[in-house]
Amino acid sequence: MKKLPPVALFGIVGLAFILVGLLQSWTLAITILNDGLIVAIMALGVNMQWGYAGLFNIGVAGFFALGGLAVALVSQPVDPAAWAAGTPRILMALVFGAAVIWAGVQTYNRMAAGRLRTLAMLVLLVGGFFLFRAIYDSAANAVEALTPAATGNIGGLGLPVVLSWLVGGLLAAVAAWGVAKTALGLRSDYLAIATLGIGQILIAVMKNEDWLDRGVKNITNVGRWPVPYEVDLQQNAAFIARAKAWGMDPQTLSTIWVGLCFTALFTVVLLVLLVLMELALKSPWGRMMRAIRDNEIAAEAMGKDVKRRHLQIFVLGSAVIGVAGAMFVMLHGLLAPTSYDDPLRYTFLIWAMVILGGSGNNWGSVLGALIIMLMWDEAEGMGQFLASHLDMLPSVISGNAAVSKWVVDNAVYTRLPVIGLVLLLVLRFSPRGLIPEK
Amino acid sequence: MTFLIGEKMTGGYGPVDILHDCTLAVDKGQIAVIVGPNGAGKSTAMKAVFGMLKLRGGQVRLDGEDITALSPQDRVAKGMAFVPQTHNIFTSMTVEENLEMGAYLRRDDIKGTMEQVYHLFPILKQKRRQPAGELSGGQRQQVAVGRALMTQPKVLMLDEPTAGVSPIVMDELFDRIIEVARTGISILMVEQNARQALNIADMGYVLVQGANRYTDTGEALMADPDVRKTFLGG
Amino acid sequence: MVDFLNAIVALLNYVIVPATSYGAQLALGALGVTLIYGILRFSNFAHGDTMAFGTAITILVTWLFQSWGIGFGPLPTALLALPFGIAVTALLLLGTDRMVYRFYRRQKAAPVILVIVSMGVMFIMNGLVRFVIGVQEQNFADGARFVITATQFRNLTGLDEGLAVRTSTVITVVTAVIVVAALFWFLNKTRSGKSMRAFSDNEDLALLSGINPERVVMITWLLVAALATTAGVLYGLDKSFKPFTYYQLLLPIFASAVVGGLGNPVGAILGGFVVAFSEVTFTYAWKKVLTYLLPASLAPDSLVQLLSTDYKFAVSFAILVVVLLFKPTGLLKGKSV
Repeated sequence: MKKLPPVALFGIVGLAFILVGLLQSWTLAITILNDGLIVAIMALGVNMQWGYAGLFNIGVAGFFALGGLAVALVSQPVDPAAWAAGTPRILMALVFGAAVIWAGVQTYNRMAAGRLRTLAMLVLLVGGFFLFRAIYDSAANAVEALTPAATGNIGGLGLPVVLSWLVGGLLAAVAAWGVAKTALGLRSDYLAIATLGIGQILIAVMKNEDWLDRGVKNITNVGRWPVPYEVDLQQNAAFIARAKAWGMDPQTLSTIWVGLCFTALFTVVLLVLLVLMELALKSPWGRMMRAIRDNEIAAEAMGKDVKRRHLQIFVLGSAVIGVAGAMFVMLHGLLAPTSYDDPLRYTFLIWAMVILGGSGNNWGSVLGALIIMLMWDEAEGMGQFLASHLDMLPSVISGNAAVSKWVVDNAVYTRLPVIGLVLLLVLRFSPRGLIPEK
Repeated sequence: MTFLIGEKMTGGYGPVDILHDCTLAVDKGQIAVIVGPNGAGKSTAMKAVFGMLKLRGGQVRLDGEDITALSPQDRVAKGMAFVPQTHNIFTSMTVEENLEMGAYLRRDDIKGTMEQVYHLFPILKQKRRQPAGELSGGQRQQVAVGRALMTQPKVLMLDEPTAGVSPIVMDELFDRIIEVARTGISILMVEQNARQALNIADMGYVLVQGANRYTDTGEALMADPDVRKTFLGG
Repeated sequence: MVDFLNAIVALLNYVIVPATSYGAQLALGALGVTLIYGILRFSNFAHGDTMAFGTAITILVTWLFQSWGIGFGPLPTALLALPFGIAVTALLLLGTDRMVYRFYRRQKAAPVILVIVSMGVMFIMNGLVRFVIGVQEQNFADGARFVITATQFRNLTGLDEGLAVRTSTVITVVTAVIVVAALFWFLNKTRSGKSMRAFSDNEDLALLSGINPERVVMITWLLVAALATTAGVLYGLDKSFKPFTYYQLLLPIFASAVVGGLGNPVGAILGGFVVAFSEVTFTYAWKKVLTYLLPASLAPDSLVQLLSTDYKFAVSFAILVVVLLFKPTGLLKGKSV
């Protein structure tokens, strides 16, 4: 199959976005683009792990969620009541928990295998668990009891939300380090399923620990500086005047303007990451990574520390996913831990992007992300669109109320088989993706 | 009368040929042994005869019939059996199940053949309910040979059957192989222990770099001073 | 003494009985995953959706039977519909294999490619299920709800604690025992079953023995269709059917298969029960049982719940990680490709 040059492919995708803007609405086009930029960054992270190093991480959703958590922790206002009620004790409990685990690892490594070691481990871990719960439960309950309808969590640091991008990356990196330490020694499918599991555990924690992020009650007060709020713009005299001058109503213009601000911010982050990753890929480090991926045994024989390199790239890739997670929460102004509990959307969809774009190629990942996101989000409005254009459908469908209702109701789900089909077709007929690795 | 012959075989796994005009043949009920230095293409030649390697030139004939184009599975159905050098048993299955799997293609009663195998390798009868993976190295090789015999083959091909077994077990195995040949089965085998193998061989092939270097009866090769000096260690 | 009996009954009612039936459902699901891994050598991410599909078809047939007035007495009609669900699922799986997986098998593609391919299949099946039956929750259990209710049990024994035995629990356990027994009989006693084990053990040697790989693969998909549909229907009878829940079931099922050792059928069953029992014991509030057992002065005032029930799936994965740390290929040596 003859391949189009990358520029042409990006051109086609750009054209598709413009078509969405012209035919549907610019608000929608920008919404999809912003979502697309975020998943593009996620795809870069996955591509780093899979494309550069061949690591099969399907715990993407977990790291993405952790990035979102960082937004809450960084940007929420400081909550003195929570600090007084139990925040320090919770932190103490967490430090204690970490210490128990560390002690457990030390015991396991230092003591000779045998019944004594098993016993020591049991006493340490079980005892540690109950002690941890003793400190932790009362503190967590105390925090959660504070104005549960409004806060009921430890609050944040009251810092600018943009900082949370870094913190999100850092949180994800730390978690990834833990995952890598425990799971990277595993082989093939065992590693994949372990990452899936750990990702789900991270999400379970975020869903259930109300003191941390209000769990199912969600967090909305996350801030979005430097991006302005629509309501503020709509009340700004200069802005209203400009809208008038352009012949637009202020409300629409404010939405578009805010969207474009996000677009600009995200594009900068994406480009910086892309440049860094391309430089890394072409550096000796990147060449070594690919050498390891292509032949682990040979690389090991040549004295490369494969395990260390894998750990490095797993942490880096997860950090990138974490950054995207923070941006996502900032964009939507909402941290909804429950929403992450869908690996199809937050893990496997990202994989589809990387495969479609071309494993190992950063530009490919970005392209794949934009295409898939466009398909995914467009399907969202399919039902509505069909409902208002029923007369366009064959009479078999439009003539029968039950059938047409079924079609309208199910239209959104067409995106699942369509994306599955795209994935299968790419794997079959163009396994190196739209922009193959050089 | 040549029963199985791989004639002027040329080919390899990739673009580079490993075999060059290599010819191997075995008569009915006889033992042919392939020896040669490491990397001479001995195992490759065996695989070529069994159809596990695409040939660019030459042909393989069984009982006069050209079987060059047949897959290994089809060759099994034609009466050829192959014992690979490693991974040649089903480790998680019992000895008896291994033998049953050997006879997978047969639809008739296999009890008789199984008794013959047990007669040939009595230890297997004792251990028939044990997983084959728990047996010793020599016993595993017996299972491997037994499995191959279950198809009632006309030709038995063995890739280094004595690799990794003790000298006593090796002698024992060679005795059994002679016994198998006496029942009319042709045997083509690759051997690392050239001296002992040529001792029991009717025909010997010395391969070097994928080509025939010396071809003669086992006895004659043993007697050839050149062969002795270069390949049999004096 | 009565306290002790009460404690036992409470334990049975809240821990052992539910965990046993959940474990049996997980075991059946994990058996499917493990068979695919053993024969086709990849983790099938579409397995949860396969279960959902089989169950959805069974539910449709159940509704059809119900509309015709066909019932199964005290047993759920779904059991009558089950064979039809299995048959349709088998067709779907064989069709998928023919159109998708076979190509990669012939190419001798790396196992990880097949895993990614199964993700694509997962997307398609996930959508398919929603088209077939929608996203809503469906309750399709009919027939008698209880073999014995808690009240009946209390009246019968005079104990304070009741032990309710639901029909679905009994059906789950009985069906699971029958299915597993049939499966092991097939694998260990029949020529086809043995050829499957041989193929799983040593593919090259199986080929040398004349075993036809396509036949083995076909039998595998048929077994998987039966196992997945049965597991799905039993789970649905016990709880309820919802596509998203079934999709999520993939997680504890994978955990079970991996904990037991991928490719090892006995391991899958063991894994299913290990995961089910740990999920239930870690999230059960032990207060009641302990109150019966301990002297009044020591009676706990908290719930004595190790983890909140929301951590159910997290527990199965924590178990998975811990097992893999000490046994990298599962409790009973699994395969690793």
